[in-house]
Amino acid sequence: MSPITFTVNGKSRSVTDSPDTPLLWVLRDTLGLTGTKFGCGIAQCGACTVHLDGVATRTCVLPVAAVAGKRVTTIEGLSPNRSHAVQKAWIAEDVPQCGYCQSGQIMAAAALLAKNPHPSDADIDAAMTNICRCGTYQRIRSAIHRAAQGA
Amino acid sequence: MSARTDVTRREFLETAGAAGAGLVVSFHLPLGPRFRPTTADPFAPNAWIRINPDDSVLIVVDRSEMGQGVTTSLPMLLAEELEADWSKIKIEFAPADKAYINPMFGMQGTGGSTSVRAAYTPLRKAGAAAREMLVTAAAETWGVDKTQCRAELGAVIHTPSKRRLTFGKLAAKAATVPLPHDVPLKEPKDWKILGTRVRRLDTPPKVDGSAQFGIDVKVPGMLVAVIARSPVFGGKVASFDATKAKAVPGVRHVVQVSSGVAVVADGYWPAKKGRDALAVTWDEGANATVSSASIAQLFAQRAQQAGAVARHDGDPDAGLSAAAAKLEAVYELPFLAHATMEPMNCAAHVRADGVDIWAPTQFQTGAQGFGAKIGGVPPEKVKVHTTYLGGGFGRRFELDFIQEALETSKAAGAPVKVIWSREDDIRNAQYRPANYHVLHAGLDAAGHPAAWTHRIVAPSIMARVFPDTIKNGLDGEAVEGGVGMPYTIPNVHVDYLLTDTGIPVGFWRSVNNSFNAFAVESFIDELAHAAKRDPYEFRRDLLGKAPRHLGALNLAASKAGWGTAPPAGRARGIAVYKAFESYVAEVAEVSVASDGAVKVHRVVCAVDCGPVVNPSIVEAQMESAIVFGLTAALYGEIAIEGGRVKQSNFHDYPMVRLAEMPKIEVYIVPSSEAQGGVGEPGTPPIAPAVCNAIFAATGKRIRKLPIGKVV
Repeated sequence: MSPITFTVNGKSRSVTDSPDTPLLWVLRDTLGLTGTKFGCGIAQCGACTVHLDGVATRTCVLPVAAVAGKRVTTIEGLSPNRSHAVQKAWIAEDVPQCGYCQSGQIMAAAALLAKNPHPSDADIDAAMTNICRCGTYQRIRSAIHRAAQGA
Repeated sequence: MSARTDVTRREFLETAGAAGAGLVVSFHLPLGPRFRPTTADPFAPNAWIRINPDDSVLIVVDRSEMGQGVTTSLPMLLAEELEADWSKIKIEFAPADKAYINPMFGMQGTGGSTSVRAAYTPLRKAGAAAREMLVTAAAETWGVDKTQCRAELGAVIHTPSKRRLTFGKLAAKAATVPLPHDVPLKEPKDWKILGTRVRRLDTPPKVDGSAQFGIDVKVPGMLVAVIARSPVFGGKVASFDATKAKAVPGVRHVVQVSSGVAVVADGYWPAKKGRDALAVTWDEGANATVSSASIAQLFAQRAQQAGAVARHDGDPDAGLSAAAAKLEAVYELPFLAHATMEPMNCAAHVRADGVDIWAPTQFQTGAQGFGAKIGGVPPEKVKVHTTYLGGGFGRRFELDFIQEALETSKAAGAPVKVIWSREDDIRNAQYRPANYHVLHAGLDAAGHPAAWTHRIVAPSIMARVFPDTIKNGLDGEAVEGGVGMPYTIPNVHVDYLLTDTGIPVGFWRSVNNSFNAFAVESFIDELAHAAKRDPYEFRRDLLGKAPRHLGALNLAASKAGWGTAPPAGRARGIAVYKAFESYVAEVAEVSVASDGAVKVHRVVCAVDCGPVVNPSIVEAQMESAIVFGLTAALYGEIAIEGGRVKQSNFHDYPMVRLAEMPKIEVYIVPSSEAQGGVGEPGTPPIAPAVCNAIFAATGKRIRKLPIGKVV
């Protein structure tokens, strides 16, 4: 099987997983980047969100073959030392409870702010469709507004 | 000094000496997990603290962190009395060990909103004893009187001379100080940490992907398994053909386990492909004809019979027949799945010399017991490594996923991590019981309730997990909140019909309270309207014997602006309920669109949980519990057909998302009453509060959940 090459968190990686393997499982099982989570396997919950060429993308249904030559950023590569404005805002607002969905929430929020630095509540409603079973949504909304103000 | 303490300290010193440099534990209070005394000591007050020479304070957290904040609230209890420097606190999860048994359960487990309540006194005492030993060590070092010394921010200070020694420097000497007894605890007015909005210690690893959940565990040589389970509850494998599964690249083993057939592979994806390629013939068993319709029919039939009496006050029959107005209502609620964001999983390594279990579990000693049984080793050879839990809600008190990992590892002869797909999770749970209620009430000529009867028909969780607790057909937990109906009514009858359906039932956030609250708080609302009274005032006037209910009710009503006009198009509903010794009132502000779509705009919540450890966590737990209950009220239903669950994933078992999130305001009743839990009590009142608001908005009474569209 010929390797599939793409960039993960700034480094070029080549993998020999079966081309139909979702990117999620290549990240988690092959590359050991377990910050990106498995939640549903049908792109419903958003726990598996990464940035693909800067765009928030759900990776549980994205075959690794489709990312050849592309640039992937995971939660581990979002910033060094939790210094991204969204991470700082998440800490300031004490957003996470169980924390399992939060990598995906943070990646979705970071992509939203990159595109729309001062989102309205309606913008946040439209962009943040990830499921949080702990119901941290109110603090997520506050944290996004905080991050928009530079955390 | 007791002989026991001598032995313990000698063991400690030997062990510490053998531990070698680098990770030398220079001060570990006796009775710690690695230094168990030889005599049984059920109260081991100092199993939680380790102070290192670098001044870091390692706190062993003996409850599972599933979002409820124990990795912060439990260290706060210790740190307050220890006078620790909060910035030096580090945490690790406890192993399975008798030292960590939950005193409210008699086993090591997390649930029932018990964590802070159970730890509130023991952990503060443990912190105080440790502080006293450090102060004694400092006084002896300086040759001064102990009363001239005080502990503050991770150090002991000799007040007259201002000399100061940090805890790290005192640790070795403190380890030689006799364990003090009955050190007085601080007065709440002197608290520096408790009662404050301390930020959670588990937030940093949860914003950079480094927090390790069970599903993230990887050990050398580990394989991943996905299991085919019977589509019908109780079904068994008749036969299977692994040929196609084994043809999937990366698949290593196909083995039969108790719950089905495990496909073991190099990673999740090949294991799942292998499982999908597997051909299994099932013996579907006795439940193959069970359906939601047959269960509803069974409940209705059972409700015709008299149940096991749970409460009987006065003469309800006479009260009903003499009533000026009579009401009757039937409420029906479905099975519900937990749908933790992290699907069920567990890693295990069964070897001849011992067993390791890495699990997001709420039940460590249960996991250990299964490890011993399946591994054929004594329990002390079973190491349980608790990870972070991606949600628990009671689902992770079960051991099914742990048993699967143990059996699969044993069969494969390798460390194996079993991972469930979301479909596996939705279709193979122990569900919140479906249930059916018949209520009758009578109002006298003045509109006062004269009689109340409540018949509860439901499967019993306790009959499955602790059958010995069922007495004369009565499951005392299943009638909680029905029996506890707090309103002053002279004639009351509550009874219960334990009704098995073949569908497994289990603990689900707030457990039986989740349905009894709906029946009681909906029906009292019906009474208020029948009496032509304001629903808040009607409740208030009947809560004379329930002051904590009343306090929460009054605070929620006042903060919600009850009695003032709600914003245009909206109506308010109210409910109050006690669960897990906490009292929660909620006011929901709701609109119903012309197509029947329900929107919950605002929820005002008041909680009396007694003394508060961390108000930010209490608020977060109320928000969380409200969203959990709102999801169930609006959408939640596990429907059965042909003995199978119809739903499978989030597209047909939907969750409240951010855009549907009401604005939630949480107010804490200042209280020095007995402490209650906070993880669950916010859930029960939300469904009745919302449905009572729907009635106020539309005149339509919702008696069956989920609400769906109001038509």
